[in-house]
Amino acid sequence: MDFRSVRWELEATDRRMLDKRMSATQAMELVHDGDHVAIGGTLYSRTPMALVFALLKTRRRHLTISRPLTCYEAELFYAAGMADRVITSWIGIGLKWGLPQIMRHYVETGQAVYEEWSHLGIGLRYKAGAMGVPFLPALTMLGSDIARTVELREVDCPYTGQRLAALPALNPDVALIHAHRSDIYGNVQVDGYRHMDVDMARAARRVIVSVEQIVSSDEIRALPTTTILPHFAVDAIVEAPFGAYPSECYGLYHADLRHFDEYVNLVKAKGPDGAREYIAEHVDQHDDFAGFLASLPPGTLDDLVAAAKRLAP
Amino acid sequence: MSRQDVTPEEIVAITASRMLADHKVVFAGVGTPLLAAALARRRQAPHLTIVLEGGIIGTRLMPGHLPISTNEMSAAHGAEMLTDVTDIFLFAQRGFFDYGFLGAAQIDKFGNINTSVIGSYAQPRVRLPGSGGANDIISLCNEVLIATVHEPRRFVEKVDFITSPGYLTGEKSREAAGLIFGRVSVVITDLALMDFEPHSRRLRLCAVQRGASVEQVEAATGFELLMADEIGEIDPPSEDELDTYRLLRDGEAAVRRGRAS
Repeated sequence: MDFRSVRWELEATDRRMLDKRMSATQAMELVHDGDHVAIGGTLYSRTPMALVFALLKTRRRHLTISRPLTCYEAELFYAAGMADRVITSWIGIGLKWGLPQIMRHYVETGQAVYEEWSHLGIGLRYKAGAMGVPFLPALTMLGSDIARTVELREVDCPYTGQRLAALPALNPDVALIHAHRSDIYGNVQVDGYRHMDVDMARAARRVIVSVEQIVSSDEIRALPTTTILPHFAVDAIVEAPFGAYPSECYGLYHADLRHFDEYVNLVKAKGPDGAREYIAEHVDQHDDFAGFLASLPPGTLDDLVAAAKRLAP
Repeated sequence: MSRQDVTPEEIVAITASRMLADHKVVFAGVGTPLLAAALARRRQAPHLTIVLEGGIIGTRLMPGHLPISTNEMSAAHGAEMLTDVTDIFLFAQRGFFDYGFLGAAQIDKFGNINTSVIGSYAQPRVRLPGSGGANDIISLCNEVLIATVHEPRRFVEKVDFITSPGYLTGEKSREAAGLIFGRVSVVITDLALMDFEPHSRRLRLCAVQRGASVEQVEAATGFELLMADEIGEIDPPSEDELDTYRLLRDGEAAVRRGRAS
């Protein structure tokens, strides 16, 4: 959608200060077939997994997924037949887990597209979207082959004549974000890393935020410097404790690296069927994300909370 | 482990760490670059500021707790500032970062790096994870060091795909593409130290690791290397460098166990 239409649409949108709480299932009604869905956090840090699982359950079709660095959730969307395209700068979990086999399968066989931009390239695309301008100039991606494989054009600076990459605004249809807390109106606060969440959400046409905890507006006002999104930039609030699991949530719980081991072992053994088995077992079988969390081995979440206490700065 | 068991990765990291001067700012990736930067801080560069792409400025590595990703909370240990991902790269674009520090899956004679595809882009034989921040680091940091193990399959005549631009097709082609800042200064391996000949911008052998020969370096390189007028020799890792490096990588308990055995 053109940046002008995105603006006009926003002006026409109901932005009243209402109680925006809803279930993850209800929130997914804001996502339609063919949408571009941006997923907050980076890699396995503060990924909105409660929302990702709720979206997986819907089996929406022909989605485009975008993220700064993409973890195994991209593979789940490919394997579920939900995503045709992933826009990101990196796909994997980490070097110790090897190359991402499911991504390789879908991309190497031409069944899905991995549209690669640089990390800053993605960041400036969301930022241009958040700023309400059609592009931002930068000195990155120039001369590379990644610049040639995507719709990246160049501009000459009107003041200096310098050649610049013109990174086009990215305005996702929906942004999924996980945060530490918010009030019922959607004033959202985060501790630690902000990743690209602020720009991603402000660029998006609809914003769904899951939070560890819903707090009073007075508690929000007590820590205004941690607020990343004001209520008028948020459409839905979903309370989801441990809603980033198996990702980490800064200061609260560590990532569950053993869960990634299990996933990787499953797809090494069974390929895309392994990823579908993962979805059947961990997503489809449960009514909601709390059900999935309850199915984890006893003590899993306690251990991750204890690890975060040791690791958090 | 003893001195005799020094691994290629250790030689690469320790040699690279010596390149980092005090009071500078280094943008490091996880793995070898981060360990090398942490080692430099423990030795010649106590005021070296380590920056990670998760948005972390001034991280202090906890021995034995090497983060797997630059976006996880353990990577922020001891940090002076946490900002966001885009912002950290904008610091680089402004020119604050003295060194960028990268590894390389595939590198060619002009220092171009491929981490995207083996084979053609349209029908890749292997789709690799992608650029991440590497393209930005090599485009924006003031000086870029590349550190990797020396193997013919890594050092190729021409990379299949330029994910991260070194000197593109040589001579002035990098500047002509609009990349007017930054330069790739050296490539550090377990066999050699190389720079780029100033006119052609082709990879040039400057020094060999002690025990390695020029012929060995040439055999491990899939293209013709230029030769500096004099080929130096690099000192092997010292006892202190190795001990400190292993302490950072494995933690104190593991190092004590190693000494006891």
